[in-house]
Amino acid sequence: MSAPETPEPMGAAAEAAPPELGPRRMVLNMGPQHPSTHGVLRLVLDLDGENIVNSQLDIGYLHTGIEKEFEVKTYQQAVTLTDRVDYLAPLSMNLGYCLAVEKLLGLEIPPRAQWMRVMLTELTRLNSHLVWLGTHALDIGAMTVFLYCFREREDILRIFEMFSGQRMMTSYFRIGGLALEPPRGWHERLKKFIGVFPSRIDEYEDLLTKNRIWIGRTRGVGVISLEDMLDLGVTGPMLRAAGLKIDSRKDEPYSSYELFDFEVPTRTASDVYARYQVRMEEMRQSVRIVRQAMDGMPSGPWKAADQHVVLPDREKMKTQMEALIYHFKIVTEGFRVPEGEVYQAIESPRGELGFYVVSDGGPKPYRVHMRTPSFGNLQAVPKMVEGTLIANVIASIGSMDFVLGDTDR
Amino acid sequence: MLPDNLREHPVAAAVEAFDADAVTGGKYDREELTLETPPAKIVSVCGFLKYDRKFVRLSTVTAVDRYPAEPRFEVVYHLHSVEPCQRLRLKCRVRGEDPVIESVTSVWRSADWYEREVFDLFGIKFVNHPDLRRILLPEGWEGHPLRKDYPVTGARV
Repeated sequence: MSAPETPEPMGAAAEAAPPELGPRRMVLNMGPQHPSTHGVLRLVLDLDGENIVNSQLDIGYLHTGIEKEFEVKTYQQAVTLTDRVDYLAPLSMNLGYCLAVEKLLGLEIPPRAQWMRVMLTELTRLNSHLVWLGTHALDIGAMTVFLYCFREREDILRIFEMFSGQRMMTSYFRIGGLALEPPRGWHERLKKFIGVFPSRIDEYEDLLTKNRIWIGRTRGVGVISLEDMLDLGVTGPMLRAAGLKIDSRKDEPYSSYELFDFEVPTRTASDVYARYQVRMEEMRQSVRIVRQAMDGMPSGPWKAADQHVVLPDREKMKTQMEALIYHFKIVTEGFRVPEGEVYQAIESPRGELGFYVVSDGGPKPYRVHMRTPSFGNLQAVPKMVEGTLIANVIASIGSMDFVLGDTDR
Repeated sequence: MLPDNLREHPVAAAVEAFDADAVTGGKYDREELTLETPPAKIVSVCGFLKYDRKFVRLSTVTAVDRYPAEPRFEVVYHLHSVEPCQRLRLKCRVRGEDPVIESVTSVWRSADWYEREVFDLFGIKFVNHPDLRRILLPEGWEGHPLRKDYPVTGARV
């Protein structure tokens, strides 16, 4: 798309804008390369002085056709695609997809695998919230927080590397369980991290929670009503910051979340500061869940017993002909999934992540649709920034915590 | 006509009581309820579900291409009620030649982008949509990639 010198307002904005802009009116193009849009989001702002009259969002710069790609991969191969959608919460993406396919298959997942999944997705939530906090604070001008957050994020990425061999694109959850046996020494490593992490959250709070500049930039900014958000498709911490106690982990538990004891934090102000408070509290709750999972980790197998779906152990392949045949079948043509359709929603760090998987009975998905939280959340931007100052746009969109890979897919 | 095994289900029964012609089929499979609706009824059914049955959220709108079967497209709506936590799938079958369906943006504003995405990737037109343009692909793009007759690789001919 070639960018004209003065960007044309698009769609409805073009009709709404008066034909002749007065001396104070201008149309400003923010992005797609603006540093505070964290990716390639383009905002077309219709301004009256510094006040926003109207705004339009232009997305799609990061569209990679992943939903089409699903249709030519076997079910198990497609796990690797899900990482690349929301690259800040890859394990949440893995989990949503695996749960959907397992629901189609009617597969029982052993408790150890379920608890491992809970533990690692909560670490992913910490990882994602840390990136959000660091970059959001950086946008508003608090540089130090960014460095602190990335220090702890590094620890989490090293833990992921220990489990899966990968720092970001983990693909550690597979249909039927986990990709690899949990590594030796994971418990000590995690215990060390989770022992110090709560004090780190205190450190971040020391820097921000009572900071006058932070409060001045966030309190009463980016306010939007709960009704508007529900109507516009917003989910996750944004709704909780407006007082609605909504969380798929509690409302429709999956992967044995019902066995864990945690709170769903809410606030009522529905401004940038309330969203900050909700996410900080969520980090503390995630730490609680990780602790419980670590201490109560069940023993037993880490993958399901179904030999048609799950690859056999290496040892068995060397000694049993049957195991070798199953291995060959699964690797060369994949497994067949019974005809049907499911919608599996999970609570990703950003909100409701839904996988709609349709099977025609073959070894490849007939259709996979991802209901990604960032896509829904971003629809609320025009409503949120309408009538505010342009400086508040940065704080407002930062508080949504969107990922453009998650938006454009 | 509502299948007999769904008459017990409160939401399915309520939709049929609201408008007997609004349900042409459905199933309760893997603990998920699916109702099929004629495309002409979609806005009234959605309005009823939102205001009378508390389905305040539209989770997503998408489509499935059943090429070469006819009617070719299924437009799929996932509804969510927060209190009580409940989900519902609505399905409309739309013909392959010049596919058209009424937009539900008048019921949920969130349908705006969801329907634009379906328009972009499947080429299904939504009547009365306030701003129906491509959303993910560039404006000048030809074709609709999620259709089954659109190749995954190679040059388009």
